[in-house]
Amino acid sequence: MNETKTLIKCRQLTLGYGSKDLVRDLDYDVNVGDYLCIIGRNGSGKTTFLRGLSGLLSPRSGSIEFCDGLQRSEIGFLPQMTVVQKDFPASVEEIVLSAFQGKHRLLPFYRRAQRDRAMECMALTRTESLAKSCFRELSGGQKQRVLLARALCAAERLLLLDEPVTGLDPESTETMYRIIEDLHQKGMTVVMVTHDVDTALDDANRVMDFNDISVKGK
Amino acid sequence: MPELVEKLSFYLDFPFVRYAIVVGVLVSLCSSLLGVTLVLKRYSYIGDGLSHVAFGALAIAAVLKVTNNMLLILPVTVAVAVLLLCTGRNARIKGDAAIAMVSVGALAIGYLLMNIFSTSANISGDVCTTLFGSTSILTLKIEEVYLCVVLSCVVLLTFVLFYHKIFAITFDENFARATGVNTTLFNLMIAVIVAVIIVLAMNLVGALLVSALVVFPALSAMRVFKSFFSVTVAAAIISVVCSLIGIVIAILAGTPVGSTIVAADIVAFCLFYGVSLFRGRGV
Repeated sequence: MNETKTLIKCRQLTLGYGSKDLVRDLDYDVNVGDYLCIIGRNGSGKTTFLRGLSGLLSPRSGSIEFCDGLQRSEIGFLPQMTVVQKDFPASVEEIVLSAFQGKHRLLPFYRRAQRDRAMECMALTRTESLAKSCFRELSGGQKQRVLLARALCAAERLLLLDEPVTGLDPESTETMYRIIEDLHQKGMTVVMVTHDVDTALDDANRVMDFNDISVKGK
Repeated sequence: MPELVEKLSFYLDFPFVRYAIVVGVLVSLCSSLLGVTLVLKRYSYIGDGLSHVAFGALAIAAVLKVTNNMLLILPVTVAVAVLLLCTGRNARIKGDAAIAMVSVGALAIGYLLMNIFSTSANISGDVCTTLFGSTSILTLKIEEVYLCVVLSCVVLLTFVLFYHKIFAITFDENFARATGVNTTLFNLMIAVIVAVIIVLAMNLVGALLVSALVVFPALSAMRVFKSFFSVTVAAAIISVVCSLIGIVIAILAGTPVGSTIVAADIVAFCLFYGVSLFRGRGV
């Protein structure tokens, strides 16, 4: 058994919107190689916590510290799909490649290596045959896998997944979980928000229950 | 037919007709490019709102007797665009309500000012011209044409350089921000470009019809094409072709330029809609 290394250290973390604090005084460590599932009822602060980790939301107080040399550019984020995306006229390839926009500042085109990496990520999520397809014509499961491929392009070490299987049929859900498990086996640290408690308990090596935490916070 | 060609070449000898065509092509090209982003981001109505603001600014410029009214209209419109597009989520008054408020307010104040302070004998004619652009495209001065060419080139260049960034932000702003794209900066850039285009397009089709130039080509292209790149290119082509057809028909038939262009855009939309229905059944 390897010694566990901390990847992200949260100390006294408070996150919220407007006048409401959704995460209060949270101390938590995400370790290298974790498959962490975050569960809890709606409004308990799961997504807020994920947004905090991804840097979209700044802490009200406390800190989120990246350890073990983790860079923001090594984090891949799979947000919940928006209405806008559902009927967006774009090819799968365009969407997956857009993951690199944070990395090269001003180049108006993509480099060979980036295109190769994009194909690799599409292969890992079983979407390579869809590269030229139109995003809005895909099934829900395929859409999620494309967005996972995009997150993977951006991620080298950490994947943040916000309800990746919500609204998918059992078969697509199963495929999605298998892909995520494969990625975890290959050394990716995974943090996933989910409502699917059973799978969370089966696959994940750690579970974080926000129902408890918010009670504790009071 | 030969008479029509003759008539057309007769008109093309006039410099103001050539100016109109140059400006028409450039403006419709720019507006359609950004139109795709605006439609997809659910900001279709922003063009309309901003053009009303530009109208209000124009009225103020007329009252203050500013000689080059662009100096006033452009900054005011840019400022409002930035306010509307960039405060977005955090604003106390949400998106569409804010646009409705600003646009109708500017329209009313503009008309009020024009009525109270106007020195012209034909106020309703002036207002009608500004709102529907009935003749303004044919009365462009050479400086205005230069200004339009320069601004359009800046817009086009910016769009081409930042095309992938614009795509990333349009498709998923949160993801783009999480991966380190400076979304605030690019939203600001988009807002400024949109304002510039609206002000330019006001010359072509008038304040009330501007959003047609922004919305129709993008919607037509989205019916049929399936990647962002092809939608963008198609929207640009559709827009330019419709504007050319519109201007030529307007010159030959003596119809108002703005509404003729918009009519051409509507016809194009119907054609593309038809194609998408036909395809949908074929598959």
